[in-house]
Amino acid sequence: MPIREDVLVVGGGLAAATAALAARETGRSVRLVAHKKSTLRQASGLIDVLGYVDGDGPRADPYGAITDLPDDHPYRIVGEEGVRDGLRLFDDAVGDMYAGGHTDANALVPTYGGTVKPTARYPNSVAPGLASVEEDALFVGFESTTDFSAPVVADHVVAAGVPFEARGVTVPFPIRFRDDARATRFAKALDEDEAADDGRGVRRALAESVGEHLDGEERVGFPAMLGDDHDEEVREELADRLGVSVFEVPTGPPSLLGLKLEDRLFEALDEAGIRLSTGNPAVGYEADGDRIEAVYVDRKGKDVPYHAEQFVLATGGLVGKGIGSDRERVTEPVFDCHVPHPEDRYDWSESAAFGGHAFARFGVVPDEELRPTTASGEPEFANLRAAGGVVGGADVAREKSASGVSLATAAVAGGRAGEEA
Amino acid sequence: MTETPSVLVIGGGSTGCGIVRDLAMRGLDVTLVEKGNLTHGTTGRMHGLLHSGGRYAVSDQPSARECIEENRVLRRIATHCVEMTGGLFVQRPEDDDEYFEQKLQGCRDCGIPAEVLSGDEAREMEPYLAKDVKRAIRVPDGAIDPFRLCVANAADAIDRGARVETHAEVVDVLVEDDEIVGVEVEHGEKAIGIGDGEPGTREKLYADYVVNATGAWAGQIGEMAGVEVAVRPSKGVMTIMNVRQVDTVVNRCRPKGDADIIVPHETTCILGTTDEEVEDPEDYPEEGWEVDLMIDTLSELVPMLSEARTIRSFWGVRPLYEPPGTGTVDPTDITRDFFLLDHADRDGLPGMASIVGGKLTTYRMMAEKISNHVCETLGVEADCRTAEEPLPGSSDFSVLREWMDEFGIRSPVGRRSAQRLGSRTDDVLGRWDGPNPVVCDCEAVTRAEIHDAIDHSGTDLNAVRIRTRSSMGNCQGAFCCHRMANELIHDHDELVVRDSLDELYQERWKGERHALWGEQLSQAMLKHMLHATTMNRDGDPAASDSVIDFAAFDAGEAAPAAAGGATGDDPDRAATDGGTEGENADS
Repeated sequence: MPIREDVLVVGGGLAAATAALAARETGRSVRLVAHKKSTLRQASGLIDVLGYVDGDGPRADPYGAITDLPDDHPYRIVGEEGVRDGLRLFDDAVGDMYAGGHTDANALVPTYGGTVKPTARYPNSVAPGLASVEEDALFVGFESTTDFSAPVVADHVVAAGVPFEARGVTVPFPIRFRDDARATRFAKALDEDEAADDGRGVRRALAESVGEHLDGEERVGFPAMLGDDHDEEVREELADRLGVSVFEVPTGPPSLLGLKLEDRLFEALDEAGIRLSTGNPAVGYEADGDRIEAVYVDRKGKDVPYHAEQFVLATGGLVGKGIGSDRERVTEPVFDCHVPHPEDRYDWSESAAFGGHAFARFGVVPDEELRPTTASGEPEFANLRAAGGVVGGADVAREKSASGVSLATAAVAGGRAGEEA
Repeated sequence: MTETPSVLVIGGGSTGCGIVRDLAMRGLDVTLVEKGNLTHGTTGRMHGLLHSGGRYAVSDQPSARECIEENRVLRRIATHCVEMTGGLFVQRPEDDDEYFEQKLQGCRDCGIPAEVLSGDEAREMEPYLAKDVKRAIRVPDGAIDPFRLCVANAADAIDRGARVETHAEVVDVLVEDDEIVGVEVEHGEKAIGIGDGEPGTREKLYADYVVNATGAWAGQIGEMAGVEVAVRPSKGVMTIMNVRQVDTVVNRCRPKGDADIIVPHETTCILGTTDEEVEDPEDYPEEGWEVDLMIDTLSELVPMLSEARTIRSFWGVRPLYEPPGTGTVDPTDITRDFFLLDHADRDGLPGMASIVGGKLTTYRMMAEKISNHVCETLGVEADCRTAEEPLPGSSDFSVLREWMDEFGIRSPVGRRSAQRLGSRTDDVLGRWDGPNPVVCDCEAVTRAEIHDAIDHSGTDLNAVRIRTRSSMGNCQGAFCCHRMANELIHDHDELVVRDSLDELYQERWKGERHALWGEQLSQAMLKHMLHATTMNRDGDPAASDSVIDFAAFDAGEAAPAAAGGATGDDPDRAATDGGTEGENADS
């Protein structure tokens, strides 16, 4: 029996999951085909919406900043309404795992690089660490963690002019692991309250060792490795023992906060009755005139067609390989949608490492319904829409808008796909 | 003369480092000044070929003989800097048979071991060679790490009492009574180098003799002294691949041409090169067609290169020189031999000699000849011992054992460390107290090695990089630049950490720009996302002059309304944008 749905979403990240949820809300049957693990594990787990416009910021009001963006920016296409709809879908999907929805204002979150960064939604464990909270903070790092240096983070946060004092201390983790043990290993030990080297429970041992360094601070921040399945419990126990609030600082890969978000999103897909096919790449399609009939997925060397009425392309940007390139061209590999780019590849980037690189904005050009368009501005296909990193026109890294662009475009693309299926 | 004669060497490349070691071993009072870090100029920008001499066996046999002789010396005194990969001169069907025979005969005439392999035999050694490769000559080419080599020379000189000042740029050559008596240097603004110089100050350094070992920059130093040194800088591109497509040095066997060599180097391969004269050794175009030429031409020898991933490209400038009046037009034809210009004989200005031309493989021999000249001029009688005494790290290879238990690090990591550190392994890893996690995963560099490099080269992370190879692998520092910087916090404040990180990050970016397509563009975007998106390093409020109104931002759900508790319509929420938000809102 052929595989057939009303809406087929191609991709496995934040945009794909949100597009599938948006389409499902319209009552249609929805399937998501994902190839590899999503890039969420590389992301911090924060949901940025918009923090800077052309280098100007941090902006406190992300919605007010939208109108300052260039006309071809995805936010200008979906409008404030689209952005809010994306966040609504996100809030519904993650429930009480995240905070930030009580206000339109951005929060400033200390990152593991020591900078503060504007973001719209943050995991609960991050909330007590916000830079606008006027409580002194002690940052704690572990001796063998090279990514996170507590003294660097604390001094850097202070250098940003935060309204509190901060110090950083480095302590040995109470269990001596191999020197290059990953964050996941620390998290597991805390999750299961394994025995520390001196026989005490590791949570107690950690709290006692950190407690010796507390000097009036009202909160203590750790790199985000405080447990996995039992993270709330770990944090509560540490807070109880220390007598102050405890927070996590989002980290780079492997990002536990990103992984937890990924797990939660896939649970939400399951709860919504969305079908999932994972592990195989989309390699091509079948079309009848300007309508796509099916997407082909390579399953063990065999092309298997997935039929649908409407399709959403959410394969990601350059990192997720939704956008590809060679020495001459930038391409969208599944449907070969048009991706504009400067002819000379030396114009794809700027000489300053953090310049306004053209490559950061590479992606398909959406019309007002988020359908990818040809070079002459016509929709590539009548029933294909794009969401997330594969959509061009936003410099999500400089703007701190990556998650927001994914959510907003997914809400609109998924919603329209559902309505028209 | 009652006092120990003093010599000042300008230039921290292979020649300068070789001279300073040689003279220090002969007991002279030597100072080396370098405007960047060691290997900052040409030495750090070459393909890392340890010549067998085969490349010069037809065109320049004296150079070929010197190469094979020094090739053997370096394998003895610098074991930890050399990887004896072996080399091939590969002939394609369209390449000239007669030249192949000349090459073979030339090698034999110069005492270079040379063996002819059939196409099949060559492909057995290097499976990715093109199917139609006709035959090859096998020679003892190798790979050499110029960074480690210079550092070892400088370290040994310092141990023997020499002074080495990096980030100290010569701003004037001091002439008194028609004689050169020293130089004036300007120490860099920040204390990032090694040496005793006070940052941001000028210092006059007097010496009995000055050696201008600045290569392509020799003309600029000459100008300060009022003498002409007509160096002809010639640029060449090198493109780094992500893996070792070949394990042997692969040369194209034809008279001359661009893009004719692949050198396996550590975890990568380096494609080279071009030869084009430039005006200014520090300001010349670096262009995409040069990178394309490397890939397209060398794909004729190793076809898989056309689809392979490159991680960056860089350019170097050869300090070519020929005596006035020679008039060679094509820089490819200019001799690779070196010249010692004694300005007393040549210009009637005693006190200084300039060294120009030459190549890395024969750096020690050049240093020896120059040191002989210096000693002769100063009336010092001392023999050169640099060909006999191993460089630090090279003396004892029993250290190459299993490091896993010894230092608590996984054995592949330990092996890589031991290869880099040689006999200093015990010293660096064994002395380290505390956890020793891996800082750079691509190149397997541990914290102990980073700290050893910081101890020797200061807060200049680019100097740490060249000592350790940290941030030089596939990810080009995406995952380790900030880790390297974090290690500085033990002895420096946070601003130093931040500045050092920014400098390293920008330096990495310079070369990455030449590899931005396909897999490496994807990698570059990931790096950009980690550093700009996740860490907000591009928008860092701490680095900005404007003051943030923290109260305008969300302070959490429990916070009072003033700190972000209100919803969207608060007109005072514009933060640091100085009102532009309001102005632009209606436009």
